[in-house]
Amino acid sequence: MASNSKKPAPRTAASSSSSARPKRSTPARRVLVLVATRKGAWLFHGDAQRKTWRADGPHFLGHIVSHLMLDPRDGRTLLAAAKTGHLGPTVFRSTDLGRSWKEAARPPAFAKAPVGQPGRAVDHTFWLTPGHASEPDAWYAGTSPQGLFRSADGGVSWEPFSSVNDDPQYREWMGSVQDGTPDGPKLHSIIVDPRDPAHLYFAMSSGGVHESVDGGRSFSTLVQGLEVVEGFDAANLTFHDPHCVRLCPSNPDRLYQQNHCGIYRLDRPSTEWLRIGRKMPKRVGDIGFPLVVHPRDADTVWVFPMDGGSVWPRTSPQGEPAAYVTRNGGKTWQRLDAGLPSSQAWWTLKRQAMCADTHDPLGLYFGTTSGELWMSRDEGARWACIAQHLPEIYAVETAELG
Amino acid sequence: MRVLIPGPLRSYTAQSWVEASGATIGAVLADLERQYPGIRFRMIDEQDRMRANIRFFVNGAATFDLARPLRPTDEVQIVQALSGG
Repeated sequence: MASNSKKPAPRTAASSSSSARPKRSTPARRVLVLVATRKGAWLFHGDAQRKTWRADGPHFLGHIVSHLMLDPRDGRTLLAAAKTGHLGPTVFRSTDLGRSWKEAARPPAFAKAPVGQPGRAVDHTFWLTPGHASEPDAWYAGTSPQGLFRSADGGVSWEPFSSVNDDPQYREWMGSVQDGTPDGPKLHSIIVDPRDPAHLYFAMSSGGVHESVDGGRSFSTLVQGLEVVEGFDAANLTFHDPHCVRLCPSNPDRLYQQNHCGIYRLDRPSTEWLRIGRKMPKRVGDIGFPLVVHPRDADTVWVFPMDGGSVWPRTSPQGEPAAYVTRNGGKTWQRLDAGLPSSQAWWTLKRQAMCADTHDPLGLYFGTTSGELWMSRDEGARWACIAQHLPEIYAVETAELG
Repeated sequence: MRVLIPGPLRSYTAQSWVEASGATIGAVLADLERQYPGIRFRMIDEQDRMRANIRFFVNGAATFDLARPLRPTDEVQIVQALSGG
């Protein structure tokens, strides 16, 4: 299927910001922001200074696009996880930065169940992770309901991991659709250790965090220290709800996690997560979905807290959105809200909707449930809106083009 | 036989009516997949169940059975049931 409507590209300007740090040289590599929404996908091309942005889209207008990723290994292959409200899920692939798209020959799908047994069907592919640098055509995908898949041919065909998808213990931990999040239970946060292609992590909402050291032939649980909702048994993986797990590129032995029950850090080889969100202001709490790690500093992490009180409104706390940053591994946190609405702003961010670039100073990007795309050119010291009136944003990723 | 393709799937066929052959609904879908790769999975899941909002009609009568026999003179309509927002 080809889908693309080319439209005049509006240019928007992010207002100039005054960095808290001295100005440093900015690499010439241009940032591409990949925005996946409930009604299609957009690419925002930045200039070298990250000041003006050219919108390219919509791609797949009307499709629910859960994730859009550029392959960092070749700098031109895009994969989009898409479905519509009525049609089955699929993956689209572009090798020319979205000028043309081709559908995967075999999108992620569960194995056919034995006769007489109820089988599962992929509702949507939710998460895409490019494989290890040494495996240029490898990709991983996570689905809803929870499933783990791998492609060895650049996303054209996908194979299920029976070690997870069909394992009776894993199926029990995944629970039923009723145990899942409002858009369905998800497998997400697929991480490939940059030092070892056989060392994998993934997380399930619900179902906990898991690790493999043999390329996915077997997995072990990694939930020690994580809390669950009061009254439930933390020994039961079904009750574990990791929202977003990230590995620090500058120290692959360090992981951070935004969980349904707080913010955590894990320093391998330890297997015990430490709740670092306790140091967040009580009025804001440490509930949220996205978490962003600094590409060069394993002590620096950004989160975007959400109201997880009472009925779980899933809005910014008090209608006052803000990111928080720690620069010491979670010992202390600072609020970053300059430029953001100071009141009556009830949006929040989904777990894939916040990310960073690799410039110095680092750029941060997030997309809101209300369809606004924001960025900061100074590591969160000041925010500016790049685009408004997009559909609900599900995922924001960056890529850098030479 | 003639098969009516619903609007959301015309990105595959580029036309509303197409020709396909088969002795059952399932066989017609297999023929459509051969002609238009990827189209079947958008309608039928990996457990061979019709997706929630896809409906099949034979000569105007609804069917929920992929094994439903067909004659070459039958007409198949595939419809996307409207729902949601």
